Amino acid sequence: MKETILLTKHMRENPEDSHLIESYEKSNGYTTAKKTLLGSSPEKVLEEIKASNIRGRGGAGFPTGVKWGFLAENEERYLVINADESEPGTFKDRILLERDPHQLIEGIIITCFAANIKNAFIYIRGEYAKPARRVQSAVEQAYQNGYLGKNIFGSEMDLDLVVHLGAGAYICGEETALLNSLEGRRGEPRLKPPYFPAVKGLYMKPTLVNNVETISSVPWIIENTGEEYNKLGVEGSTGTRIFSLSGHVNVPGNYEIEMGSTFGDFVETLGGGIRNNKKVKAYIPGGASAPWFRGDQLNIKMTIDDVANNNSMLGSGAVVMMDQDTNLVNAAKSIVSFFAHESCGQCTPCREGTTWLEMILDRVASGRGRTSDLELLLDICDNISPGLSWPPKMTTICPLGPSAVSPITSLMKDFREEVESMIPTKVLL
Amino acid sequence: MSWDDKLIKQAKKIVKIYPQKRSALGPLLHLAQSKDGYISDDSVSVISELVGITEVQVKSVSTFYSMYKQEPTGKYLLSVCKSISCEINNSNSIIDVVKDFTGLSNNETDEEGLFTFEAVECIGACGGAPAIQVNYETVEGLSTENTLNLCEWLKNETPDLVVADELQNKFGGTKSFDWAISDNSGTTGSVPGFQTLNTTKDKK
Repeated sequence: MKETILLTKHMRENPEDSHLIESYEKSNGYTTAKKTLLGSSPEKVLEEIKASNIRGRGGAGFPTGVKWGFLAENEERYLVINADESEPGTFKDRILLERDPHQLIEGIIITCFAANIKNAFIYIRGEYAKPARRVQSAVEQAYQNGYLGKNIFGSEMDLDLVVHLGAGAYICGEETALLNSLEGRRGEPRLKPPYFPAVKGLYMKPTLVNNVETISSVPWIIENTGEEYNKLGVEGSTGTRIFSLSGHVNVPGNYEIEMGSTFGDFVETLGGGIRNNKKVKAYIPGGASAPWFRGDQLNIKMTIDDVANNNSMLGSGAVVMMDQDTNLVNAAKSIVSFFAHESCGQCTPCREGTTWLEMILDRVASGRGRTSDLELLLDICDNISPGLSWPPKMTTICPLGPSAVSPITSLMKDFREEVESMIPTKVLL
Repeated sequence: MSWDDKLIKQAKKIVKIYPQKRSALGPLLHLAQSKDGYISDDSVSVISELVGITEVQVKSVSTFYSMYKQEPTGKYLLSVCKSISCEINNSNSIIDVVKDFTGLSNNETDEEGLFTFEAVECIGACGGAPAIQVNYETVEGLSTENTLNLCEWLKNETPDLVVADELQNKFGGTKSFDWAISDNSGTTGSVPGFQTLNTTKDKK
């Protein structure tokens, strides 16, 4: 398999200075936005996005064209770019922010043109100090060149773009929590309804919330048409996607590929295989929230639907490989600790449940487990996500709680013996 | 110590950027940290007036987010990642080195005010695991040996400006992706500080 280079083209061809506006313009940057603003219509842009069949790259995989179509009429409407990338295993938005911020800004301009939006925000996680600096200087350059502000490219369109720094809360990746955070509140997800920020979002006004990668794809789609984009990948998972590969692989990194090949092929050809020729024991197909696959399931195809049909999710496109020597109880504990730390605390099952799961896994991992712990873990999981089915049922406002259940159900389903072997058979007094 | 005129001016400029005042709360808390290294009671009261909410509301927000520090942080905030990709690449051994060197437990600051240590959740450096952030400047592909060298270097050199590229070149290894663009910018102080972002355009 080979990479298909659309989003990462400019940064690859101009490795030294791809973040600068001069360099981006040399690669014909901003010409698509200019053509669009001066010669196209919002309806035409929306048509192209719909024709591309692109689905959101943040994790939920919602069709972008449909989301844009939902946006309610109002004088005030907003665009918020979700750059709160914090799903363990994911570092794809980081490369887009650091090395090609102008592509994102051009995508924002076109999106705001299509949706008649005058105020846009980029919400970047606070820990991304360097990417935030790069985006901020890119925004300033765009203002200086008249690509942001009043009468962009001499058109009627005005657009203000603000770079907003988060402060270390994974939960702000959930779109309604992100909006609360941007409003200067605690980053707690909002109770639904209202279901869609596109109807009631920032300041309860219609708001588009889109991922960095999604909006970075917009210039290519508009330049080359939605039909061309739709030809890439497979039905239901069109276009290219940047996968973040990490764990026990020889060549970790971000790879832009068309969806549709298998995880095994991906790891062998692009990832250089598993280190020291070891075997895969288990792997995570789509970030820490996703249920794991076993090492003998590497023939599953990397599409949103194929992964979903196998009871997991492609999520944020973060693939984490764990080799045969991995202590999976420790791995699960790491993921559960993550969710326990990041729980916003609103819903009892998540706030209490994740903490209890962490404590019990900790005692199992350190050899102090009890035989009753396995059932206890599953019982707590069942209280967070009744039935332990996939997609998960929820007793909580947002999916964070059920996400903490994923590694435990994976462990109990496929690696129960390994967990049992860690429980001491004799009680030491 | 209260906020001086210059800082108040800068804060008012930030408030104006947003359609509603309260949205400036986050950036103002970052600004407060760039001044003191933590959110002081005084900052809470200044900010509450600037955005027009009560002090308790400011406090409730500032305590929600892990990057807003409620106590003074050291000159260098050492944040070692412990999430999944780092965990399976021995981040525990990196944490041990930092703990041993600094003599600190999680979220503690030494008496000299030089180091604060914290074990943190995913910092988006999974391809370069295990990784650390020094004042939010990322260093990837650590070994235990280089982690020790990094700590010693910080203690001996005590640079005011921490630059990711410099640290990565000296102490890092495998990166999540090719950084390519050479970069001398970095952070001053143990918070990313809105000082790097204070040139945001005024809302017209």
